[in-house]
Amino acid sequence: MARPVRLTRRNALLTTKLPAWRSRFVLGLLAASFVALALRAFWLQTWTNDYLQRQGEARYGRTLEIPANRGKIVDRTGAVLATSLPAKAIWADPDDVVATRDELSSLAKLLGMEQRDLDRKLAAEKNYVYIKRQVEADVAARIAALGITGIHLRDERKRHYPEGESVAHIVGFTSVEDVGQEGFELSQQQRLAGHPGSRRVIKDNLGRVIEEVGSGREPQSGDDLALSVDTRIQFLAFNALRDTVREHRAKAGGAVVIDVKTGEVLALANWPTYDPNNRAQLTGAQLRNRVITDTYEPGSTMKPFSIAFALESGRFKPSSVIDTAPGRLTIGSATIGDAHTYGPLTVEQVLQKSSNVGTVKMALTLPAQKMWEGFTLLGFGQPPQLGFPGAVAGRVRPHKTWKPIEQATMAYGHGISVSLIQIARAYSVFARDGELIPLTMLRSESPAIGVPVFKPETALAVRKMLEMAAGPQGTAPLAQISGYRVGGKTGTAHKQENGAYQNKYIASFVGFAPASNPRIIVAVMIDEPTGGKYYGGQVAAPMFARITGETLRALRVPPDAPFATLIQPAEPVRESL
Amino acid sequence: MAKLTALLIGMLLTCSLLLVTSQHRARKAFIELERAQSTARKYEVEWNRLQFEQTRLAKHSLIDAAARRDLKMQPVSPERTLYVGAPAPAVSITPAPAASAPALPASPAQIAAARGAR
Repeated sequence: MARPVRLTRRNALLTTKLPAWRSRFVLGLLAASFVALALRAFWLQTWTNDYLQRQGEARYGRTLEIPANRGKIVDRTGAVLATSLPAKAIWADPDDVVATRDELSSLAKLLGMEQRDLDRKLAAEKNYVYIKRQVEADVAARIAALGITGIHLRDERKRHYPEGESVAHIVGFTSVEDVGQEGFELSQQQRLAGHPGSRRVIKDNLGRVIEEVGSGREPQSGDDLALSVDTRIQFLAFNALRDTVREHRAKAGGAVVIDVKTGEVLALANWPTYDPNNRAQLTGAQLRNRVITDTYEPGSTMKPFSIAFALESGRFKPSSVIDTAPGRLTIGSATIGDAHTYGPLTVEQVLQKSSNVGTVKMALTLPAQKMWEGFTLLGFGQPPQLGFPGAVAGRVRPHKTWKPIEQATMAYGHGISVSLIQIARAYSVFARDGELIPLTMLRSESPAIGVPVFKPETALAVRKMLEMAAGPQGTAPLAQISGYRVGGKTGTAHKQENGAYQNKYIASFVGFAPASNPRIIVAVMIDEPTGGKYYGGQVAAPMFARITGETLRALRVPPDAPFATLIQPAEPVRESL
Repeated sequence: MAKLTALLIGMLLTCSLLLVTSQHRARKAFIELERAQSTARKYEVEWNRLQFEQTRLAKHSLIDAAARRDLKMQPVSPERTLYVGAPAPAVSITPAPAASAPALPASPAQIAAARGAR
């Protein structure tokens, strides 16, 4: 009050004497706050650190999926039939793509796409568009070199099938997602796919993996699968089939080669086929594995079984004489006929000449149940255990519903349906002294364990008859091979469509070689030959001879016959339909 | 008391530095491991690719086509094949033109000579 000027220079508040407790109170407050913070920090760091740890890891930790390698499929010699190789998926975020026309056109060219298609994909209202999947690594590298903003590459795998169309029906193929769609790729999906692994890692701010945390799961690669198929024999069979189908202008065909000792399927060819590496226009007909999934009426290739049943019954011997005159047999309202009138024939000649009347006369002495049991023992009417998708059972009706005419037609292979692989397997009873063997399409080292169906002497007798049928006096002289003795039976059957027999045929031949000690069974089937010839002996037998001869030489089987000139009759015995 | 404090501070500093270095070394080793693993994967892929290439190039259809078309070769025919050491009925030779059928040669050299003669 006394010095007003000084008052303006010094703040009155500062000069005011405050109570001492106030400063101490503030100090105490600050100290308490620090203690609280310290406690909180201690609390967070030691007792309840899970949450923060989790949050921290969520920001820097990443779980990486490690895809498992799909197993290879190889043939019996180890040649690759299917393998996965790295490829790239090209994808884009259409909103982000910044590119000139030139860049886009060179991209389209590299991908082998139309410019229009590329433009359409980039105009899509999505933020993740695949431009092309499974692009080969070298093409992908050139696309990456273009450096177009907004076009990205992602790792994936592409399945390659080096053998292509010849084994397509056995191996099958996978989808772009690496899931089996057909063949062994489908049936062995679990085994081939393996299990993907994962690992938990910490990445730095540049995205590099710097540390592994926790325990990951190692990826388990899929197992490799070794098939019983031999690509060499497959190639021989496939070529023979393709040439035969073309020569006779047939609709389709199939061939199968079986190792008699182990029951392994050495070759299994189908026509028409497809290239599994390029599946742009696939039709159902191309995809069908006819040998396994189609049934047909086998025709005369069934006769050896009927005759073997008759021999087993003890009522007939190979030398028993049966009168087939007048080449016609009437059962109820139906008549069964032979192509020629033979008169009296021995049982051996009945099979050699493929006489329907002779076979039926023998078969009708058997009870229906016996025949049905025989067919069932031979595997007809049940799907073969091959580990292959879609194997069909064929049709053998229960014997209680058989009428005599049906039993008669079944004896020569009509009114019964089988697949080619079933009948090929059934012929193992003649190739192996009466034993029926299980088949396998996977490589197997051990000899097959067969189930006896016929007595060895019956099997040997029928084997001799089959050798006669494939000889100069039989229905299939064209099945003969220089250097090897062969046995086998032709089959020619009318095709049934819409419940009636048409003038379309299936020509087939099933046989084995060398006849002295059979090593392979070969079964071939040609569907609807339209080139003028349609008898099994004309169409299927030459193909059988070609496949068998080439296969035996490829397997280095010692010859069991002299290399005499093969005798071909001027007019071969015509088979009875 | 002051000495003990200094000692403890010194120990603390040393430990911290050691921790930093060991962390660094662990990361380096880890990077090394990662690299080695990726190399291993690369080799595996390469091995698969080579097996694939081998099969692709040794395909029977390619060899067959090359032999027939480029080398003008013919498939083996039994009439012109000499079987050696096979069981009795197998020894039979139909001569190729311009050569008379030789008796079964006794030694590999003779076989080679017999082949060369044709």
